[in-house]
Amino acid sequence: MIKNISNLGDAALYCDFGTEVNKEINRNVINYFNNLKQSNFLGITNITPSYNKLVISFDLKLTSYAKLKKQVENLELKKNNNSKNNLIKIPVCCAEEFALDIKRLKNLLKINEEKIYETFFSKNYYCYMTGFIAGMPFLGDMDKSLFAKRLETPRVKVPKNSVGITEQFCNIYTFESPGGWNIIGKTPVEIFDNKKNTEPNLINPGDTISFYPISKLEYEKKYE
Amino acid sequence: MNKNYFEVLRPGINSTFQDNGRNNFYHIGIPFSGAMDNRNFLLANAISNNGINNPVLEFAYQGPKLKYIGENISINVTGDVNFKIIRKNKNFKFSCYENIVLENNDCLDILSTNRSVYGYLSIGGTFEVDYYLNSCSTNTKAKIGANRGEKLETGQIIQLKNIKTILPKNKIEYLNSKIENIRIVKGPHFDYFSKDAIDSFFNNEFNVTKLSDRMGIRLKGPKINNIKNTNIKSEGLVKGVIQITSDGDPIIMLSDHGTIGGYPKIGVVISADYDKLVQIPPGSKIKFKEINLKDAETIFKLYEMETQNLISNIK
Repeated sequence: MIKNISNLGDAALYCDFGTEVNKEINRNVINYFNNLKQSNFLGITNITPSYNKLVISFDLKLTSYAKLKKQVENLELKKNNNSKNNLIKIPVCCAEEFALDIKRLKNLLKINEEKIYETFFSKNYYCYMTGFIAGMPFLGDMDKSLFAKRLETPRVKVPKNSVGITEQFCNIYTFESPGGWNIIGKTPVEIFDNKKNTEPNLINPGDTISFYPISKLEYEKKYE
Repeated sequence: MNKNYFEVLRPGINSTFQDNGRNNFYHIGIPFSGAMDNRNFLLANAISNNGINNPVLEFAYQGPKLKYIGENISINVTGDVNFKIIRKNKNFKFSCYENIVLENNDCLDILSTNRSVYGYLSIGGTFEVDYYLNSCSTNTKAKIGANRGEKLETGQIIQLKNIKTILPKNKIEYLNSKIENIRIVKGPHFDYFSKDAIDSFFNNEFNVTKLSDRMGIRLKGPKINNIKNTNIKSEGLVKGVIQITSDGDPIIMLSDHGTIGGYPKIGVVISADYDKLVQIPPGSKIKFKEINLKDAETIFKLYEMETQNLISNIK
């Protein structure tokens, strides 16, 4: 399942599951991630799943690349039925002031706004990974008709809670941040709640997300 | 309200509470954080006779000016730092790496770090700070940790607790060595770059630009040409990893880095050189040297032994 393990510096393992981006490969990555979390191998400090890689950081005072590599290679995988993975519904308000790039998308994709939103809201999306900034989910796959490039010049500040799309993916900006994704709306839901001391992030790798549209009025109500 | 506290008269440029950092949250986008220069963090707590993971106040370039109210307390400053204590309108200069007694109404003015970036203030006692996910380390991007995830601000009060009544007189002689040669091991995308680009990467100096902070160091120098692809599918990053952007410039990721990234990774700074790397200020030059993994591991063991020797020599 892991095609190759190499070192990422002197204190991390770089596990390669392939070069493509698809759910099957990603489910393998997440399966390893879940199994490793329960493994209690000495010295692991962080495990980062992504589309098709898994990076395992460790404390060089407690273990080493060679030791941990052997343990990972010999890890007996328990079948994960992904029962921990949820279906989460996220409301999105597409009012003009939130849909910063809808005009650009209309021109780029040559389809009208209604059709863009109809297509976007009609699918469920799979969470490949979370990260970059705290809690940000990377979701896919978009319908081919909505594949759009990033902005040529990224925004210095994308507003918090913006929903963006690029290529086959969509995401939610959990904090105000620089970024180049095409923004089509905004959610009133707190995706990363830094007041919660356990499980602050609403969406985890492996979860399924469905978006649904709400009006400006509903958006404001949810914010109260 | 406690009777022992600091009042912040000037917050400094980037003053945050830090400890050893938080583990096991990369997968939800939360980096290690923690004190940038781990050795100076450990020394600060050891000189104070504190536990090894006690919170310290980290500052960068210009530090804070703090007025102290309370019973006598010992403090120490680590790093290469210029600071003074103002007592009854008189200035007193002290050295780093030794305990000093602060009295009621004293003012501690941390003026600057000398040709370095970070310094640490530790007290014989504990800063009363918030914890989040097992660490008090402030992460200003995710707004978590001590001080509601914010830098120090003018006028705020820092409460202190567990003040040690026996004031230790610990001291060590230590000089922070300044290096400009940074050792790295090859990264997973080493072969994305032409032989000329690799030669140019190791044979030239890079300037540390002003776009450097707790998240990363941006370098400027010869462009490192990519022969395969300037973007990869986003994947996990680690402290010290060197990414080459699509413009051909290196970025070194530091303790508050974004947890995933989409640029090819040419190499990773060895763990033993990380403390020295973070202390290289903007305007300086860096040169990279490649070593193999075995050597990196050996050098780290030596570095650890040296740190432990320093701690056991505190008197």
